[in-house]
Amino acid sequence: MNLLFALLFYVATLILVGGIAYRVYEYAQAPAPLKIPTTPAPTTTGGVVFRMFREVVFFESLFKSNLWIWALGWLFHVGLALVLLRHLRYFTEPVHAIIAFIQPFGMYAGFAMAAGLAGLWARRFLVERIRYISTPSDHLMLALLLGIAVTGLLMKFVMHTDVVAVKTFFLGLMVFEINPLPAHPGLYLHLGMVVLLMIVFPVSKLLHAPGVFFSPTRNQVDNPRETRHLAPWAATLGTKN
Amino acid sequence: MADETTPVAVAPAPTPAAPAKPAEKAKVVAPAYREYPTMPALQVDAMVESNPYVSAAVHNEALGFPGALVDGWEQKAVAKMGELLGKYRSLRVYMDACVHCGACTDKCHYFIGTGDPKNMPVARQDLMRSVYRRYYTLPGKLFPKLVGARDMTKDVLDDWFRYYNQCSECRRCSVFCPYGIDTAEVTMAAKEIMDSVGLGHKYVNEIMGKVHKIGNNLGLPGPALENTLEGLEEDVLEDTGAAVKYPLDVKGAEVLLVTPSADFFAEPHVDSLIGYGKVFHAAGISWTLSSKASEAGNFGMFIGNYEQMQKIALRVREAALELGVKRIVVGECGHAWRVAYAFWNTLTGIGAGASDPFAIQLQKQLDPNYKQPSHICEVTWDLIQAGRLKFNKEANDHRIITFHDSCNVARGSRMGDYAGGQFDIPRNIIRAVANHYVDMSEATTREKTFCCGGGGGLLTDELLDLRVKGALPRMEALNEIVQHNGVNFMATICAICKAQFTKVLPYYGFKMSMVGGVHQLVSTAIVLNNEQ
Repeated sequence: MNLLFALLFYVATLILVGGIAYRVYEYAQAPAPLKIPTTPAPTTTGGVVFRMFREVVFFESLFKSNLWIWALGWLFHVGLALVLLRHLRYFTEPVHAIIAFIQPFGMYAGFAMAAGLAGLWARRFLVERIRYISTPSDHLMLALLLGIAVTGLLMKFVMHTDVVAVKTFFLGLMVFEINPLPAHPGLYLHLGMVVLLMIVFPVSKLLHAPGVFFSPTRNQVDNPRETRHLAPWAATLGTKN
Repeated sequence: MADETTPVAVAPAPTPAAPAKPAEKAKVVAPAYREYPTMPALQVDAMVESNPYVSAAVHNEALGFPGALVDGWEQKAVAKMGELLGKYRSLRVYMDACVHCGACTDKCHYFIGTGDPKNMPVARQDLMRSVYRRYYTLPGKLFPKLVGARDMTKDVLDDWFRYYNQCSECRRCSVFCPYGIDTAEVTMAAKEIMDSVGLGHKYVNEIMGKVHKIGNNLGLPGPALENTLEGLEEDVLEDTGAAVKYPLDVKGAEVLLVTPSADFFAEPHVDSLIGYGKVFHAAGISWTLSSKASEAGNFGMFIGNYEQMQKIALRVREAALELGVKRIVVGECGHAWRVAYAFWNTLTGIGAGASDPFAIQLQKQLDPNYKQPSHICEVTWDLIQAGRLKFNKEANDHRIITFHDSCNVARGSRMGDYAGGQFDIPRNIIRAVANHYVDMSEATTREKTFCCGGGGGLLTDELLDLRVKGALPRMEALNEIVQHNGVNFMATICAICKAQFTKVLPYYGFKMSMVGGVHQLVSTAIVLNNEQ
């Protein structure tokens, strides 16, 4: 089991990092031949950075769009962010002061994450429009994330596992040493689902995370009259009169 | 008055070219206003009968597209999609990024008006995304059912033709998407793919042929244009006693005005053209129209075809060079302003930074003190601020006015020096020339404006049912201020909006003369120097 999980994590990490890097490369390679910011849009690069910041941190457009989805989605993402930060303690020694500071919030953020996910999932059943657009993979993705959150919470609050051993396992992985993982069904489930999530990330809708930064309607400066914007493939087209 | 909907017209008979189309057509009826702005229950396939006419071979071939659906179109369409994925980052990212959150599902006017779930922006995108997943993603290749991937079949193509021609590319959904996914980009790509395998929309492709052949969308030849303009001069002289000129092809004029060809003869469009002329006259600016570029509209954008869009845009540069003008000004036209403002510099080097000889010549010729191109509203507002125009505002006192933001101006362009100038400048002009102005509900104005229902190349009779239904949210907002504030005039700065509302308003019990241009209001109130 130790060896299996070690291998799985190595493979999953390679797929996750390599896959996302490849996707980002693809997004970066594809030119945006025309200026298409959704206006009103910032007229300076600083303004675009600020717009993107509001979008990524506060989900500004979603807030304008639908308060329910915004509240549930934001709850989930902020919860996830805190939980992820908290988990850094299993990968670093010594634990950074900031991570130590986050620890108490991160523990309860798991509930926020699970609540957000449950709410988002409920919408897929309760709102007719969203039921119509949901595919099996949409449900499975929520099931997977919720499964990770619930098994994590169980281990934290109900059926504890030996976190010191878990930490030793992961610190070992980073120097290519395989240490024993506690034989704990909850832990196996938790880690198995995390591995699966890492593997599907680069081929699924989770690509919205890197994708948002490349969205031309959000990341372009609104200055077409002042600066000429030309894609390489478009520059080769004849503009002779 | 507008509480009852009054169905009147019967849509025209379908041509044999329409695919899989029953022979009879139902009467076009406007949907009832919603008591509360709740979303309609889904009505699956409600608009499955809404098919545009298929373009004939002659119109496709004139644009370099195959005349009819080619052999092996399935593979060719998929290959074309691959090409576009490499050329357009928007498409590339938007195919992957959607999480089906549902934020856009209630934002499309066509969905609100029809209840057809395929008119929800995400579902419209998924018509293409399902094919993308099948051929360009691993899960779609391995587990198509799981991720909603589909083969490129005739059924899928038919759905594309139907529902991508039920999108006016208004970008309202992109305002609300957490990733900025713009369905217009997807619709344009779908139209580009369909054209590339020989399945075109007759209305749009035929019109582009006219632009190339004759110079404008309406196929108005030079001499007819000249006659029309002379007639206008006589009318204005009679009405006002001022010798306002409507010049054509005048070399050495300061301003080249490029305006939608509907301005030359259609009501209410022509009243705005009269207004532009009066503004130039009153400010003492010499100007000219061009018979070569007698059309601001650029339907190349609607079909997502860069080459067509560029070719159409180059006519304007050519005309500007020939006439030696110092400024290029665009009349009241929504999508034309988006193309002019956001794309002209890219396509033709009007603006700064281009390096080919013609663009350099043009940049030397154009006056750097003005934005190139400028919108006619920017010109008028600058003149008003400089105190160079005088108005008798009382002349508009019979009107209680509101302003309809046109989608391409609102969400695809800008006016003036700051983000959002495109909302303020037209309103500022209206307030400067009239005493009674009321805004519609803020959920339906500025960047949240609802499309008129006729944009994106859908302004054609065979789609009238769709157009009437798509106008519902705008009509509801209008009705509200008609009831409460007695509004009797809706100003707009888009030829498509004007034509669409003229046609659609009666279905909702309003007079078609309620709609008009901003420069129609300017024209009513402007005080002319009657000498000369």
